[in-house]
Amino acid sequence: MAWKRFAGHKAALVCSAILGFLVLAVVLSPLTTRYGVNESVKAPPNSYLSPSKLAWLGTDDIGRDLYSRLIYGTRVSLLIGLFSAFISVFIGCVVGAVAGFRGGRFDDVIMRITDLFLAFPFLVALLVVRNMFGSIGWLTFIIGDVSSLRFIIFLLSFFGWMGVSRIVRGQVLALKEREFIEAARASGASRSYIIKRHLLPNSIGPIMVALTFSVVGAISGEATLSFFGYGPQPGAGATSLGLLVGQAKGAVQTGYWWIALFPCLVLVVISLCINFIGDALRDATDPRMDAGK
Amino acid sequence: MFRFALRRSAWAIPTLLLVTFLVYIALRMGTDPLASYMRSNPRATRSKIAQYKELNGLGSNYVTGYFSWLKNFVTFNWPKSIKGSREVWPELKDAIANSARLGAAATAVGVVVGLAIGIFAALRPGGKRDVAVNTAAFVGISIPPYISSILLQLLFAVYWSKWFGNTLFPTSGVYPPGQEGFDLVLMIKHMALPTVVVAIQVIAVYSRYMRSSLLDVLNSDYMRTARSKGLSEFRVLMRHGVRNALIPVITIAALDIGAIVGGLIITENIFDYPGTGKYFLSAFGNGDFPLLMPLMVIIVASVLLFNLIADISYAILDPRIRLD
Repeated sequence: MAWKRFAGHKAALVCSAILGFLVLAVVLSPLTTRYGVNESVKAPPNSYLSPSKLAWLGTDDIGRDLYSRLIYGTRVSLLIGLFSAFISVFIGCVVGAVAGFRGGRFDDVIMRITDLFLAFPFLVALLVVRNMFGSIGWLTFIIGDVSSLRFIIFLLSFFGWMGVSRIVRGQVLALKEREFIEAARASGASRSYIIKRHLLPNSIGPIMVALTFSVVGAISGEATLSFFGYGPQPGAGATSLGLLVGQAKGAVQTGYWWIALFPCLVLVVISLCINFIGDALRDATDPRMDAGK
Repeated sequence: MFRFALRRSAWAIPTLLLVTFLVYIALRMGTDPLASYMRSNPRATRSKIAQYKELNGLGSNYVTGYFSWLKNFVTFNWPKSIKGSREVWPELKDAIANSARLGAAATAVGVVVGLAIGIFAALRPGGKRDVAVNTAAFVGISIPPYISSILLQLLFAVYWSKWFGNTLFPTSGVYPPGQEGFDLVLMIKHMALPTVVVAIQVIAVYSRYMRSSLLDVLNSDYMRTARSKGLSEFRVLMRHGVRNALIPVITIAALDIGAIVGGLIITENIFDYPGTGKYFLSAFGNGDFPLLMPLMVIIVASVLLFNLIADISYAILDPRIRLD
C-alpha cells in the first residue's frame, strides 16, 4: 500500500531512476570510465580541454579526464553519505527511542543538547569539533587521521544523529500511550523488548525518511568541508565531489566553465533526487495522508 | 507571562557559561593556541609568551584557565591577535556589522518572498502552481550556497562582462578597492549577489513552512465561522488564516539563526565579503585563539538569545500554550 502510493509519485520515480542509473555507473566505474582517476588524457596538449569526443566533460589543469574523476568522486561521496547516514540513524534511533520512552531527566538533557546543536551554525561546530577530535591521540588511533575517510564519516555521524533522534522521539511519544504498547507492558514485556519489537518497527516510515535526509546531509557536509579544504584526502589523486566543487572555485575567474559546472550539477542532482524520494516516502508512509482522500 | 520570560532568561546565563566552557576546551585542544602563537611569532621573548598565556587563560588546568580567560573577557582586557598583534574588538565589530547587514537583507528578502510564495501555493493545494512552488522549493533546498555562489559568479563575473561589456554586480568585497567613505549604491551592488545566495535558501525553507502551516489553518473550524459571518474572502485569509499560520513560522524563524549564520560563512568566503564568516575561517586557519573566542561567545549568545525569543514569542502569540 505504501509502495503503491510511492509509485504514484511520478517525480520520485523519475528521481529513483536517475539515482539508480548514477549508482550503477559508480559501482561499475571501471567499466563506465575510460581513464583512471589519476590518469591523464592521451593527447599532447591535454590541460583545460573543453568537452569533446576525447574527454566527454573536458579535462582539468593537469589534463585528467573530468568525467572519470567525476564518477570516482561520486563514489567516494556516496560512500561517505551512506555510511554516516546509517550510523546517524542507528544512534538516533537508540537515543530517540530511549529518551522518548523513559522521559524524565534523561529526555530533558538529551533534548536540550540536541536543540543547542541544531541551532548552532553547522560549519563552525563541524570545524571546531573536527580539530578537537583530531588532537585526541587515542581517538585518531581508532577513527583515523583527520584527513581519512573514516574520520569524516565518524565526524558527520557525530552531528547527524541529533535530527534523527528528535524525529524518533516524537514518534515514540505519540506511540507509547497506545493500547498495544500498554498490552505489551501488561503482559510483562521488558522495556528494550517493547522498543525493539513495537516502537521502532512502527516508526519505520519516519525513520526511512530521516535516513534519506541524513544521506543528503552527510554528502553536503562532506562537500562543504572539502570545499574549504578541511575534508578528506582520499588517497593519492583520488577525489570526492566536494574536492571537485572546490576546484570549481578557482576555475570560475578563468572561464573554464566545464570544471565548475559538471561537479556542481552532479552534486545538486544527487541531493535533489534524494530529497524528492524522501518527500515521497514521507507522503507514502504517513497514515494521515489518507484521511483527506 | 513575565515570570515565565524571567525564568527562561535566567537559565540562559548558566547555559552560556557552560557552552563557552566547552568551546574553550574544544578550541584549546583543536587549535593549540600556544603552538600557533609560537609559529606566528618565532622570536617572541619568554615574558611575551607568559603574558600571552596569562591573558588567554592558557594555564595547564582547563577549569582555572577558563575562569581567568573569563575574567579578562568580561573586564575587556582582551588579548591581541597572534598574527600582527592587532586589537580584536574593532575588527570583530566591523565583521559583525557587515554580516548583520548581509544577513538582515537576505532574511528580509527571503522571508517576505518565501511567505508570499507559501501563501500563493497553499490557496490551491495540489494545483499547478502548488506543484511548481513545491518543486522550486526542493530545487532551492538542494542547491548548496557554495554552488549557487559559483554559478552566479560564473554568470556575472565572467559572462556578463563578456556579453555586455560592463560589470553589473561585482563579485567580491563591499566596495571596489580604493573606495573611501560611504556609498549606498555601490554597497547595494556589492551586496546583491551574496544576498541572493543566502535568500534562496531562506525562500526555499519558508515557502514550505508557510504552505504547510497555512494548510493546517485553512482546514480549521474558525475559518468556516469567519466565512459564515460574511467577511470577504481576502479578509478571512489575512485576518484569520495567515495570522494564525504565522505563529509556528515565527518560532521556526527565530530558531533558524544558526542556518543563516552558516549560510553567511560560506557565502562571505566565496564573495570575499569581510564579515564574520571570513573572520572565522581565517582566524580558525591561523589557530588564532584571541580572535576566535570573542566571536564564539557572540555566536553562542545569539543562538541562545534567539532560542529565548522563539520560546517567548510562541507563548505570547499562541494563548493556548501553557507556561509551565
